[in-house]
Amino acid sequence: MKLEKDFDHSTARIYAVDMRGPLAESFILTKTPVFHRAPLPKTYTDFIGHKLFRFLLTIQGLGAFALITLGVLLKKQGVAREVMQPRVRQEITRAGVALLPMFLFVALALGFLVIGQTISALAKVGATNYLGATMVIVIVRELGPLLAAMLVLARVGTANVIELGTARALGEVEALEALGIDPVHYLIVPRVIGLALGIFALTIYLIIGSLASGYLFAFLQDVPLKPGDYFRQIAEALDWLDFALLAVKTIAFGFFIAVVTCYHGLAQPLRLEDVSRVAVRAVTQGVIVCVLVDAFFIVWYLLT
Amino acid sequence: MIENQTASGEAPLSPVIELAGADIVALRDGALCVLEKVEWTVRAGEFWVVAGQQQTGKSDLLMTAAGLLLPASGACRVFGCDTKNFGEAQLAERLRVGFVFPGGQLFRQLTVAENVALPLRYHKNLSAAEVAAEVAALLEQLELTPLAQSLPADLAAHWRLRAALARALILRPELLVLDHPLGGLGARHREWLRQFLDRLWRGQVWPDGRPMTLVVSADDLRPWADADKRFAVLHEKTFSVVGSWPEVACAQNLAVKELLAEPASAMN
Repeated sequence: MKLEKDFDHSTARIYAVDMRGPLAESFILTKTPVFHRAPLPKTYTDFIGHKLFRFLLTIQGLGAFALITLGVLLKKQGVAREVMQPRVRQEITRAGVALLPMFLFVALALGFLVIGQTISALAKVGATNYLGATMVIVIVRELGPLLAAMLVLARVGTANVIELGTARALGEVEALEALGIDPVHYLIVPRVIGLALGIFALTIYLIIGSLASGYLFAFLQDVPLKPGDYFRQIAEALDWLDFALLAVKTIAFGFFIAVVTCYHGLAQPLRLEDVSRVAVRAVTQGVIVCVLVDAFFIVWYLLT
Repeated sequence: MIENQTASGEAPLSPVIELAGADIVALRDGALCVLEKVEWTVRAGEFWVVAGQQQTGKSDLLMTAAGLLLPASGACRVFGCDTKNFGEAQLAERLRVGFVFPGGQLFRQLTVAENVALPLRYHKNLSAAEVAAEVAALLEQLELTPLAQSLPADLAAHWRLRAALARALILRPELLVLDHPLGGLGARHREWLRQFLDRLWRGQVWPDGRPMTLVVSADDLRPWADADKRFAVLHEKTFSVVGSWPEVACAQNLAVKELLAEPASAMN
């Protein structure tokens, strides 16, 4: 009875007409108190609005930061080569060469755990003819690039956020600006190049390593498949588009991982105690961005 | 009152910094106005001491005056160039300003020599040998030669400050802004730095004898007592020019008196 008494029919009607249309009108007509609960409490709307607004601001910030980085990357190619070339080499080493042992291990594991078992399973049902196409779709197009991106995000992306966040918190970014050095050029551009080339190269190593170790595992299980047949099938399943899109995709992964992690480390003033929280957020967003980029390329594959 | 006097007592020179009706905002919070309607002109060859208690906006004012922070409203011109337009095209003007942060803000991964060499390597097309020679000469002036290969984390605060000073001076700026340079220094290093800045101002450091314009911030006026310097104080969001040292010494302004008083710990 209390609900009936407090029920504000005029508000409910406006809400009904404006927001819910005929369905809500029918609630009004029946004069049920159900509609009294229909408008979300203010706290829920605040929460959803806050989350949505923050999401849109992040998209806007990341987009602007990506464009600025791309602009600086293209515009300042020849600026301060003496300083920038060693920095780019250092980042390539960090995001590429230094990760080779870990990628060798992951390639062996991927080969043994996934590819070897797939070969065995296909051999058991006499479907080794599909081996090449399966390997190309699973390893070359999907698993190889995405796994490489995730590993580099975890190893190098996290370090990027922490390094840049600490540099920002300690005032090193202001110090660069005071010296007339563009922080995006000095701090971000080498990381973008390093991550893009690093992920591209590591993906190639990961694919070759996992395909080879996969065959080794199948060979140890006495699968009746000659190495020549195995690699010929894979080579026949590959076409030029796989090579081109593999390059574009891995470079895109590197670019976006660099943008997301550097944006969170650099683009906003931080305190030291904020750095760990921001690192977690950056890695989460990095994973989401990688999955979205991957989804975009799947659509591209399907359309071409 | 000594109007616009230079170190050598010459006629007034062109303005180096001009703040006209500038509202200064905090670096950490762009919505927070720390100083209102600042009117300030620094002329070439002047030595200014901007003093104020903690949290009065000294650092923000200095960063604005150096073109590192934009005022919320009003105008800020450095060497005649509006800082709102400070971009790549105005790099030459920006490099005429050197800025020393309170903690030095050295780059942690680089040694002292690499820190000092960085602006030179980035902006000038010099060979490695030329860069090394310039860096070595400057480190020698600042008595930093034995620490050239040390990382900032291994240095005491006073050496970090000297390294930051060297880094700011390597491009030979015409205007040097130092944020709270004497803070946290021992008596010997305070005296050394004060004397070095005086020599820098009077043009006794560089071989060409060129004097510099200096602006420093402080929370105690007494170490800067000198008839040739000019003083301004910050108090409750207000910037006031006091004048030269004799005017500071006889000022009735409460804010000035506070900045001239012995710290409580020293009196106990």
